[in-house]
Amino acid sequence: MNDLVRQLGLAQPQVSKHLRVLREVGVVDVREQGRQRLYRLNGHALKPIHDWVKNYERSWSERFDQLDVVLEDLKRKEQGDADDR
Amino acid sequence: MTGSGTASVTLPTDDQILITREFDAPKQLVYKAFTTPELVKRWWNAKRGEVTVAEIDLRVGGKWRYVMIADNGSEVGFHGEYREIVSNERLVSTEIYEGLPEGVSEEQGGTLNTTTFEEADARTTLTILVQAPSKVARDAIIDSGMESGLQDALDLLEQVAVSLR
Repeated sequence: MNDLVRQLGLAQPQVSKHLRVLREVGVVDVREQGRQRLYRLNGHALKPIHDWVKNYERSWSERFDQLDVVLEDLKRKEQGDADDR
Repeated sequence: MTGSGTASVTLPTDDQILITREFDAPKQLVYKAFTTPELVKRWWNAKRGEVTVAEIDLRVGGKWRYVMIADNGSEVGFHGEYREIVSNERLVSTEIYEGLPEGVSEEQGGTLNTTTFEEADARTTLTILVQAPSKVARDAIIDSGMESGLQDALDLLEQVAVSLR
């Protein structure tokens, strides 16, 4: 918890509130260890979101794969122009 | 040598989409590929069809429009207006899908896209921040990717079915 407060730069009550919601929907699991509460991310719970975004992501990946080819051509052309000089 | 493979898509807030990808090229070239119609025609189709229109009036207040004929024959068009231009660094433009459902206004369905080009060691990190007017509009954009993905799957299924004949 203290680690999260430090890393997020949020106040502790805010972090607690977010963690409570995340725990309720099963995105994090919590374990008591002495006076500490240890939280663990449950990646499985995020899978539906990942699946939802995946196809959108894929269309951009396919665009960018083609952009890679265009960029290689542009680089070769620039190199060619430099050699001509 | 190619770039870094897949694009990364995250959802920073309820009404945003953030797309990130690294390219093995200096930012001037990535910017050029983004702002030159003949070059946009070569990559924007996402291997799903042919870009038949790529109009770019690259000045603040200038309009852009892309149209693609998908392999299944359907036509999709997008247009918008440039709001901010910093050569080789940053582009801000509106984007409106021309197939918005009836009753959805351009204000309700359009997005404001901020594209940035950052170079380090001759490689460029491209980020596109899509700011939608609402969570509903943002979710509809993600869903549209789902549909095209589904369409791909159906097309593939059809090919398999035909091959079995």
